[in-house]
Amino acid sequence: MAGIPHDHYEPKSGGEKWLHSRLPVVGLLYDTLMIPTPKNLNWMWIWGIVLTFCLALQIVTGIVLAMHYTPHVDMAFASVEHIMRNVNGGYMLRYMHANGASLFFIAVYAHIFRGLYYGSYKAPREITWIIGMLIYLMMMGTAFMGYVLPWGQMSFWGATVITGLFGAIPFVGESIQTWLLGGPAVDNATLNRFFSLHYLLPFVIAGLVIVHIWAFHTTGNNNPTGVEVRRSSKEEAEKDTLPFWPYFVIKDLFALAVILAVFFAVVGFMPNYLGHPDNYIEANALATPAHIVPEWYFLPFYAILRAFTSEVWVVQIASFLTAGIIDAKFFGVLAMFGAIAVMALAPWLDTSSVRSGRYRPMFKWWFALLVVDFFALMWLGAMPAEEPYATFSLIASAYWFAYFLVILPLLGVVEKPLASPDTIEEDFTAHYPKSSDGTPAE
Amino acid sequence: MFRTLTLSAVAAFGLATAGLAAGGEGHVEDFDFSFEGPFGKYDQNQLQRGLQVYTEICSACHGLKFVPIRSLSEEGGPSLPEDQVRAYAENFEVFDAELDDFRPALPADHFPASGLENAPDLSLMAKARAGFHGPYGLGINQFFKGIGGAEYIASLLTEYTGEEREEAGVTLYENKAFPGGWISMAPPLYGEDVEFADGHANDLHHIAEDVSAFLMWTAEPKMMARKQAGFVGVVFLTLLSVLLYLTNKRLWAPVKGKKTL
Repeated sequence: MAGIPHDHYEPKSGGEKWLHSRLPVVGLLYDTLMIPTPKNLNWMWIWGIVLTFCLALQIVTGIVLAMHYTPHVDMAFASVEHIMRNVNGGYMLRYMHANGASLFFIAVYAHIFRGLYYGSYKAPREITWIIGMLIYLMMMGTAFMGYVLPWGQMSFWGATVITGLFGAIPFVGESIQTWLLGGPAVDNATLNRFFSLHYLLPFVIAGLVIVHIWAFHTTGNNNPTGVEVRRSSKEEAEKDTLPFWPYFVIKDLFALAVILAVFFAVVGFMPNYLGHPDNYIEANALATPAHIVPEWYFLPFYAILRAFTSEVWVVQIASFLTAGIIDAKFFGVLAMFGAIAVMALAPWLDTSSVRSGRYRPMFKWWFALLVVDFFALMWLGAMPAEEPYATFSLIASAYWFAYFLVILPLLGVVEKPLASPDTIEEDFTAHYPKSSDGTPAE
Repeated sequence: MFRTLTLSAVAAFGLATAGLAAGGEGHVEDFDFSFEGPFGKYDQNQLQRGLQVYTEICSACHGLKFVPIRSLSEEGGPSLPEDQVRAYAENFEVFDAELDDFRPALPADHFPASGLENAPDLSLMAKARAGFHGPYGLGINQFFKGIGGAEYIASLLTEYTGEEREEAGVTLYENKAFPGGWISMAPPLYGEDVEFADGHANDLHHIAEDVSAFLMWTAEPKMMARKQAGFVGVVFLTLLSVLLYLTNKRLWAPVKGKKTL
């Protein structure tokens, strides 16, 4: 690995040498924990730890919840109430698990937008970015299936609407939908397979997280300047970096503690604020709720899905060119998945030679607009599908695509970037003029 | 740059995420319940009065199938003495599959389900309805006033106008709190429908409030324990945050060329 030069683990005692020559696990842990990390990382670099914690929290609470939950259409809803009423601490487990999903998504969106602003997706970190996008997709699948398990009205109708999206695929759609559901409609077979997959996918995510970390431990972390750590010698590298332990572990744990204090306030005092009252009504295939609304973290993409109706000229052209194979419904599905696909392609769509948005005067504003656009889409996704929201959704969706497909490629050509510092050390001393040569005094 | 964005993002997130249903709702009065807010507690006497209203009136048609009768004696609820709960349970008949017959209920049994087919079960009603919405789907109202399920029930019980009409052989009653304005449930409470042993006021407003508080408890029986756990969690994590802040500051001081604490 052509990583940043740093000290490696040296087994000292006989026992350590014995183990190291057979299984270098201590060395692996040492190198992972002591990885040289750019010392100028700001507070937007804490989300990785928060996300790791969320995954652990969801797996631990989820495993215990699964001990008391019954995946059967006649018993699922009652078994959740059993957890809430009879299982010791069950109400806390369930509320932590449900709100834990929200914390997970807050953290993942902050993490993604951090990457988008500081150009963390650019070479040589494309693999890290792509793995990250896969993790995000898996998270969405896991969260969606998890929301079905309590078997409330929103569970049932959300599952019906979302699996219905696959039915929009031309020719094979209906067969795929039936195959996914295990029958013609959302029923016991669906609930069972969703439970099984909801238990499986977090472990797949955990595996991908290891690959994600492996990838950026190979390339080194990005940092707010986007300037690479100097690697010509260990001395130079040490001027730009500090070991992950203890400097960043303590910093990240501090941030995590603050975030968890807020999280516990939500779980303890308003655990249903982010949920939907309709999900406390048992699923009923004969009564459609007035508004079928997905959980907040899906809303931006749900807005994009609904934005492309048959009145939109792009949809009409697509429909005309494909002789009606791509209808409005299928176009919406393509747009929704496309919105994530363009994000995944950012490393190749961004043509700028400068990595960090800090030194890109025009990019900054377009990026800020993208953040605003994201929240606008989130709000629009919760609004009924009627005017003026429909038009707004269309404009907001158009900007999402324009940012990745037009603005990012063009900016690299048009924009005149500011001067970046030569080294990370230079950036750090600019912030902390009194820091001597940047190496710890002790 | 990122700081401004993060702050606006946090603000926008708070606004964008809750209270997602919109439009078509009735008028819900903001009742002042004792269990509101981070430190709100159930009023044990009120829950007992509410249980009486439920038993004497609501239970004629509605059920509480998810609520074990024994939970009436649990802490953080009506907290009836166990012998009273046993006596109370005997008022209900339950079907015992082993006996293949009906028998008087025991505390271990659940409340019976709804007796009337189109009367919804009330176990979770206070969480299955939202009293407050918006504005514009932003969730600000719910943030300050709560989700408002109990308020919705109390409003529904007090906001009948007295108007009736027939539709397809069903009598509908005008109700300002009910979405759409017309409900098929006849006004269940008129005031002075029950006599409380402690002589508490039994006008319409008060009994509606009492039974709504009781239904909030049936929906969320562990609320007080939950708030307690949340409070302890917040206190300990805040303490931990302070300690980690100081540790972090001291750890980085030499690197940043600052004075050590």
